[in-house]
Amino acid sequence: MLELHGISRSFGDRLVLDDVSFTVGRGRLTGFVGGNGAGKTTTMRIILGVLAPHAGTVTVDGRPVAGAQRARFGYMPEERGLYPKMQLVEHLTYLARLHGFDREGATGRAEALVERLGLTPRAKDPVESLSLGNQQRAQIAAALVHDPDVLVLDEPFSGLDPMAVEVVQGVLAERAAQGAPVLFSSHQLDVVERLCDDLVIIAGGKVRAAGTREDLRREHGRARHEIVAEGDMGWLRDVPDVRVDELAGGSAVFEAPADVAQHVLGAALARGPVRAFTPLRPSLAEIFRDVVTDEPELEEVAL
Amino acid sequence: MNARPPAPTPPSLGRAALLVAEREITSQVRTKSFLISTAILLVGVLAAIVVSSVMSGRDVEDVPVAVVTSVAGVLPTTDGLATSDVADRDAAEQAVRDGDVDAAVVPGSGPLDVEVLAMDSAPQVLMDALTVAPEVELLDPAAADEGVRYIVTFAFGLVFMMSAIGFGSTIAQNTVTEKQTRIVEILLSAVPARALLAGKILGNSALALGQTAAIAAVSVLGLVVTGQDDLLTMIGTPVVWFVVFFAVGFVLLAAVFAASASLVSRIEDTGVVLQPAIWLTMIPYFVVVFFSDNAPVLTATSYVPFSAPVAMPVRLFLGDAAWWEPLVSLALLTVSCLVVIAIAARIYERSVLRMGARVRVREVLAGADAD
Repeated sequence: MLELHGISRSFGDRLVLDDVSFTVGRGRLTGFVGGNGAGKTTTMRIILGVLAPHAGTVTVDGRPVAGAQRARFGYMPEERGLYPKMQLVEHLTYLARLHGFDREGATGRAEALVERLGLTPRAKDPVESLSLGNQQRAQIAAALVHDPDVLVLDEPFSGLDPMAVEVVQGVLAERAAQGAPVLFSSHQLDVVERLCDDLVIIAGGKVRAAGTREDLRREHGRARHEIVAEGDMGWLRDVPDVRVDELAGGSAVFEAPADVAQHVLGAALARGPVRAFTPLRPSLAEIFRDVVTDEPELEEVAL
Repeated sequence: MNARPPAPTPPSLGRAALLVAEREITSQVRTKSFLISTAILLVGVLAAIVVSSVMSGRDVEDVPVAVVTSVAGVLPTTDGLATSDVADRDAAEQAVRDGDVDAAVVPGSGPLDVEVLAMDSAPQVLMDALTVAPEVELLDPAAADEGVRYIVTFAFGLVFMMSAIGFGSTIAQNTVTEKQTRIVEILLSAVPARALLAGKILGNSALALGQTAAIAAVSVLGLVVTGQDDLLTMIGTPVVWFVVFFAVGFVLLAAVFAASASLVSRIEDTGVVLQPAIWLTMIPYFVVVFFSDNAPVLTATSYVPFSAPVAMPVRLFLGDAAWWEPLVSLALLTVSCLVVIAIAARIYERSVLRMGARVRVREVLAGADAD
């Protein structure tokens, strides 16, 4: 279990992280969501130890992270970087060896990973000759090649085509299933929504919400329902405690507390057959908007 | 990938540095530019030696001389003369007039009972052979003539400067590229910054030393092939010292180049931060070359760490350094090298992850908390 306790960090006079605490559980895919400049990258760099916090600690299973243990982390930085002139497999082998694998072990891992990510035809090509999407996959391979105990990935899905997104999702889920805490940031809220078990929402250097996806939905989403009936649903507008969002003949989307919604269902049944009655779960984008209302750079977030 | 093998232990600092050094070497040795420039350099050195040998007349053809058989015993066998026997004075004179030979030795009056026939002037080499010269004892055999002295000084200086600037720039460029591509973040999540710096210095120093050793080998080969072995005995020991000083002196400069480059984040900005490092490399060279005949200046520069790698071997070559002097100078150089590496490591560790604007050296060295 990877934990952050009260991490603060400033650059000059600017406080970039303010008392950031959250947990990435073993075997859980945790999505790290926030606008540009919210502090995601700084947080990740601190977890990896490439940047020192001004306050707070990072622990794994309750113990502060030391140098040797950090070498067992896998990291994909925000700005992609590999040696442009090195061959792909050779490059991955080098990284694995830096993490302590012997030459054969490192080569074996590099080749297996290249195959898993569908890069085998490019195995001997210099990294710079790969397409952008393939460079992205190579970067993910670089984060995984030493079989890390903890995975921290900054925007692993940006620039990937849908097929590559599937492959990477699969690889990350596999790692989580093996018991590694996996933290990744993303602007693609739909991907985060589909993939992750837990969520951390950060804005202005502060954690605004953290927890399982379902908990966050309950806490921050508005309770909405969709109802489809035979007859006209116009009467719904007159029910107290109900706010109608959409209404078209027999179908309506409305916001109401759970008991009121049940009452609406009962009333609708009394008037005639009801085709459908569904609680609408709030999308991550809605939760995000709800949580990060005071985030000034919100408009830059790709929803 | 499904079964999780036991986690490997992270490499030690030394092993990590060796891995980094190995990558630096293999990736450079494979580039075409490195191979081509090394080949050009070696061919150039060889060509320079051969050309200078031809220019200095060491390879001029033997002077053809006709000798009348009856006096053949008078002429000692000497280098530089191609003698041919002729029957008598008439035949000898005919050979000279025809241009078959440059001169002829014929019976005549004089201490050796011979005369020399020539068209307009007698070849010096023949006159020397027929002259009794007194025994010469050289009191200072190591002192070389002015031309050789200048060439050797120039060669030591040039080789050191070219290597230092060439490989120094490579180190700088690699450092900035790593920063610019952010691979440095991945590397530093695996190994400490000091291992990265050490490996970089180690790898490039090995390459530079290898190249210099190759130049030295080619020079020796060239001197032997062109028959200038005598020069070889004169510069042999200084060349060995040069290689030793080069190794330490280059490490010193490599640390300066790496630390300087770590201050900026883009290749375009390297020029400015490398200025001091390049001056440190070039100024000693010019001082040594321009003051090679000024003993006090040369003595002083042979103790200054940045110029010692050139100045001390030159002094050894000129024969005006006592046996202990290179040892003292080398010790000074080694100590300053260690100090500079310590400072460079501090700068490098703290600035290699700072992206964006150029990092100020003072800021990095002063702030304990500047990352």
